[in-house]
Amino acid sequence: MRFLASRRRHPAAKWLLLLFALFVLGGAYNAFAPAEQVSADTGNSQQVAQGRALFAVGCASCHGLNGEGQTTSTIQGPPLIGVGAAAVDFQVSSGRMPMSKPEAQAPVKPNRYTDDEIAALAAFVASLGPGPAIPAAADYDPASVKEEDIARGGELFRTNCSACHNFEGAGGALPGGKYAPSLIGVSNKRLYEAMLTGPQQMPVFSDEVMRPEDKRAVIAYLNDLHSRPIDGGLALGGLGPVSEGLWAWIIGIGGLVLFAMWITARGAKAK
Amino acid sequence: MTEDQGAEGDYERGHGDLRIGHGDHSISSDHSAEITRLDETHYPVPDPGHPEHLPRLADVDPGAANRATRQVATFFGLVPLFAIAFGVVYFAVPGDSYFHFGPLRANARNLGLGVSFGLGLLCIGLGAVQWARTLMDDHEMVDYRHGAASAGEDKEYLITELQKTADEAQLTRRKVIGRSLLGALATIFLPMLIGLADLGPWPTKKKRAATIEATIWKEGIRLVHDVTYKPIKAADLEIGQLVNAEPENLKDLEGTAFLQAKAKAAIIIVRMNPNTIKIPDSRKDWQVGGILCYSKICTHVGCPISLWEQQTHHLLCPCHQSTFDLGDSGVVVFGPAARALPQLPITTDADGYLVARSGFTVPTGPSYFERDSRRDFKRGDN
Repeated sequence: MRFLASRRRHPAAKWLLLLFALFVLGGAYNAFAPAEQVSADTGNSQQVAQGRALFAVGCASCHGLNGEGQTTSTIQGPPLIGVGAAAVDFQVSSGRMPMSKPEAQAPVKPNRYTDDEIAALAAFVASLGPGPAIPAAADYDPASVKEEDIARGGELFRTNCSACHNFEGAGGALPGGKYAPSLIGVSNKRLYEAMLTGPQQMPVFSDEVMRPEDKRAVIAYLNDLHSRPIDGGLALGGLGPVSEGLWAWIIGIGGLVLFAMWITARGAKAK
Repeated sequence: MTEDQGAEGDYERGHGDLRIGHGDHSISSDHSAEITRLDETHYPVPDPGHPEHLPRLADVDPGAANRATRQVATFFGLVPLFAIAFGVVYFAVPGDSYFHFGPLRANARNLGLGVSFGLGLLCIGLGAVQWARTLMDDHEMVDYRHGAASAGEDKEYLITELQKTADEAQLTRRKVIGRSLLGALATIFLPMLIGLADLGPWPTKKKRAATIEATIWKEGIRLVHDVTYKPIKAADLEIGQLVNAEPENLKDLEGTAFLQAKAKAAIIIVRMNPNTIKIPDSRKDWQVGGILCYSKICTHVGCPISLWEQQTHHLLCPCHQSTFDLGDSGVVVFGPAARALPQLPITTDADGYLVARSGFTVPTGPSYFERDSRRDFKRGDN
C-alpha cells in the first residue's frame, strides 16, 4: 500500500487510473449487458431488411410499399399495419398470398416461399405495427386438452364457426363468389392463426375474448371430429341437405323413374 | 262397374272416335254423336286412339314364353337364397366388423342384412314385373265410368224412405222434439270452444309488450360470451372481431324460461373501423369506438345469424339469404327480411366492460301480424 500511496502523485497515475476505470466499466458492461438480444437485434434488422425487399417484389403492388394499403385504385389491397406476423404466416404459407389475380377471395394454392422468406416477410410486417405474433407450438397443440374441454370446444365451434364453416367444418358458400373454406385437413397452426387474425371475410376471435385454451379446445374438437370414423355409410361430404338432396333426387327418384319406364315400356313385339 | 269391353270387341281401335262411355247406361246414337262433335271443337288435334295391338314374342313363340317363364321363376327362386343369406349374416358376421370401400364405411352386419333383404324384395318385384310384361294377357281394355250423380229413381226412393222414417218417429207431428234435439246437439259441443283458451293468452297489446316484445336486457346488464359467460372488455375487441353474446342475467334462468329468454335476447357484437361505417346522429352514443351490438335473431322468420363478413360488414342469414349491413344500422340490403336488425345501445361500465344502455328499443325477432314496425330504423334515417 505504501508503494501505491507514495506514487499517487506520479504523472502517470492519472492516466493509469483512467485506464483502469475504463477496463472496469467495459468489463462490467460485458458481464451485465443482454448480449443475446444485441445479436438478435442485428439479426432481426437483417431479417426485416430481407422482408422489406421480398415485400417490395411480391406484395407492394397491392398493399403499398410500406404496407399502407390501396383502397382507391383499381388494384386494391388492405393496409397491413398492425395485422401482425401471424397473419403473414397464415396467408403466405397457405399460398393465399400473394394473389395471382384480383378476385372475390384468395384461394389456397402452392406456396412458393421458403420458411426463411416467410419469416422475413412476417418480421417486416410485424415491424410496421404491433399485431399478433406467430403462435408457438404450445399455443395450438391440442394434446393437453381434456375430454370435457373437447366437448366445450364443440359448443364453441357450433356457436362461433358453424354458421359459415358448416357443422362438420366442411366449408360453405358466402355471397358474391366468396366462401368459407373447408377445415378438413387444415393444420392446427393455421386453424389457430385464422382465429387469431381473421383472414379475409372471417371475423377476428382475439385471445382476450376467445382465450388460447378456448381456441385449443376448438382445434381439439375439429381433430376429434375429423379423425372419427363415419359409421353411417356414405357421408356425402357432410354437407347436409345439399348433397343428400342431390342423392335423393338424382339417384333415388331417378332410379324409380327408370324402373317405372321399364315397367310401362313396350317390350319386343312379334312383328 | 268394370266391364271388359275390349275383349268383346265393342269399340274400334285407332279411328279417333273413342267414345266417352257411361257404364251400363246405354248411349243413344244421338248422344254419342254429340260427344264426338264436342271433341272436335275442344281438341284441335284429333285423338289418335290406341296404337295397333301387336302380339308379343312370348305370345307367338313357345320358346320365348318358356324363356320368360324361366326368368320369372329364377327371380322368385333367388328370394329364398337371399332369405338364407340374411339368416347367415345375422349369426355369422360379428357386430363390430366394418366394411371399407372407398368413401363407404359401414357396419358389415348391418350392410349384409340390408343388402340381402333388399335384394330379396327386389327379386320379388323384378319377377312380378317381368311376369306381367311377358306372359300375362296384355289386351287393352276400356273401363267405363258412371256419372257421379245418382239416378232419379234412387233419389226419390231415398227421400220417401227418409220421410217414412220421420213419420214413424213422429217427428213431423211433434216438431218440438226435433227442434229441441237440434238445440241440444248444438249446445253440447259449444263448451269445447272454451278449451281453445288453453292455446295461450289473448295477445293484447299489453300482453305482447310483456312477453314477445320484451327481452331480459335492461340498463347496466353486462354483455357476456355466449358459451363461456365471460364478460367482454371493450379494449379486448379488435377491429373485425365478432362475438356471439348474451345478457349476463341469462345465467340466472333455467329450463323453459332460459330458452325463451335466450331466443329473444341473443346478440352479436362486432367491432368495425368507425371511419368506414355510417353511424346516424341518433345512435352516436349507442356504440363504443366502433363496437356495435345487434340482435342475433333474423327479422324475417327468426333464424339466429352470425355469418358476418368483416370486410363488407354484411351479415347473411343462412336460411333465406336476408343480408343486413351492420355498418349502416343493420338495414336490409338483400333478401326477404322487411325490417332492419334491431340494435342494442351499449356503453362501458367503470371497469371497462361492455354493458347495455337500455333494452332493445324495438321488439327483436321475426315479424308477426300485430307487430308495429313504425319505430324500426329505415335506410336514410338519422
